[in-house]
Amino acid sequence: MESLYLLIPLSALLVLVILGVFGWAVHQGQFEDVDAEGERILTADSHLLDTGQGPPERAQQESDIRSSEGAVKWHK
Amino acid sequence: MAQVGTAAAAAPGGGPAVRAAGPLSDILDGQGVYSDTVVRYFALAAVVWGVVGMLVGVIIAAQLTWPQLNFGIPFLSYGRLRPLHTNAVIFAFGGCALMATSFHVVQRTCQTRLFAPGLAMFTFVGWQLVIVAAAITLPLGMTQGKEYAELEWPIDLLITVVWVSYAIVFFGTIGRRKVRHIYVANWFFGAFIIAVALLHVVNSAATPASLWKSYSAYAGVQDAMIQWWYGHNAVGFFLTAGFLGMMYYYIPKQAERPVYSYRLSIVHFWSLIFIYMWAGPHHLHYTALPDWAQSIGMVFSLVLLAPSWGGMINGIMTLSGAWHKLRDDPILKFLIVSLSFYGMSTFEGPMMSIKTVNALSHYTDWTIGHVHSGALGWVGFITMGSLYYLIPRMYGRTQMYSMKAIETHFWIATIGVVLYIAAMWIAGVMQGLMWRAVNPDGTLVYTFVESVKATFPYYVVRLAGGLLYFSGMLIMAWNVVMTVRAGKAVDAPIPAVKLAHA
Repeated sequence: MESLYLLIPLSALLVLVILGVFGWAVHQGQFEDVDAEGERILTADSHLLDTGQGPPERAQQESDIRSSEGAVKWHK
Repeated sequence: MAQVGTAAAAAPGGGPAVRAAGPLSDILDGQGVYSDTVVRYFALAAVVWGVVGMLVGVIIAAQLTWPQLNFGIPFLSYGRLRPLHTNAVIFAFGGCALMATSFHVVQRTCQTRLFAPGLAMFTFVGWQLVIVAAAITLPLGMTQGKEYAELEWPIDLLITVVWVSYAIVFFGTIGRRKVRHIYVANWFFGAFIIAVALLHVVNSAATPASLWKSYSAYAGVQDAMIQWWYGHNAVGFFLTAGFLGMMYYYIPKQAERPVYSYRLSIVHFWSLIFIYMWAGPHHLHYTALPDWAQSIGMVFSLVLLAPSWGGMINGIMTLSGAWHKLRDDPILKFLIVSLSFYGMSTFEGPMMSIKTVNALSHYTDWTIGHVHSGALGWVGFITMGSLYYLIPRMYGRTQMYSMKAIETHFWIATIGVVLYIAAMWIAGVMQGLMWRAVNPDGTLVYTFVESVKATFPYYVVRLAGGLLYFSGMLIMAWNVVMTVRAGKAVDAPIPAVKLAHA
């Protein structure tokens, strides 16, 4: 099974590489305060959408209702 | 998180919420606009190739039902159209969708524009060239004969160049991120890009004999082992890790809730990529592959159940406290149902990898059913849901032209998938049982052709399921055209980087 002589060392090498990347991520502080990171993507964009480029009327109305009621507010 | 739930309950309609544009200062403090042109192109290409790939799928399903539909024309024969179907749906539809979403997600989560937008555009053009080359060469019978890696060596070289440029753009963008933390979706996309590069290079190694003919660098069972090391990891990294990247971004965005447990998502990622590499031998049970290698494949496949289900539960529970959104929002239906199919096929897969089960299931249509519960249910649905979120936003809107059409698409597609996989389950188990049935004197009870004949009604049902799924895709294409026509391509401004919220 010569092909395994290629695949097994390759996997072993890969595991080492993955471990290395994992170590880098830990040391770099990627996993600190992770719960805040989950929330961050919800606040980042959605600027300038829905500004008169003709979405369906329903969406426009919904958006008006929501912004007037302030119902959609996720973050302090 | 509980307060978030009540706020969600107060939102009327439950459709994708629309927020008013942020304060002007936010925009002014930004760093220009995102590079969305290439995202737009890839997203539209995904829809086009989805229609084409699924149409070819319907044609070959009809050919299996009524072989006369081969018409005796070589380039319309099943053997040549089947790889065209798989390449079109996986690499054209799935590939374009992955590139669109990864370029979108990496920019939004890193709050920076693409690194080398010109190279990104080259990735788009190059990838379309690969697809067109596949669509020409496969019907002409030019193939390396390796499943999911059929394309001949000149196209393989092109794929390598395009993939490297894709990797440079993606990781370059991560490198210039304005947010220190690399969002979990990017980890999945990144692993997918690196793994596919490695798999492609190792498995496609070949000696060219002429411009359109080459011989694999490996032979016999060695070749089989390399092929399925590639094949199953392609499932694991292309069709799973990549689409999990979509899952971890678009489900929270559409549900407007953070992922259920961000910690679990990190565990999901690292455990999945650590374990995945050695599941491949389960494709070679009861072959010339050494028994111990087969057993390793089986054990790793069984272990994979844990991270897979962890991820599925994490995705679905993102809706916890806001389940009502599922009732009204067809995009969330797509996204969440895709996860239930992900859970189903990641349970079914390990079960089928058990040697005793595999003795019954292997070479039957059960395998085809399993693949399609993953492909139509998981990959297809998560892609459609993500594109329904993405495409209107790429055209300055918050909603597709018709939400009703999305709802219709969802139900048609769901019925289609269920018909498809139920037919293939029954057909597969029946075939397995017929093939192994032995008379007391040791002779086979059924000839092979009797099992083919017995499968006919299930092939008809499968075709019906496929037709439904394809019609759903046509509805999507119409909806996308109307959305693009009603909207206007606008590159969104990059918001100023804010500090992490308390």
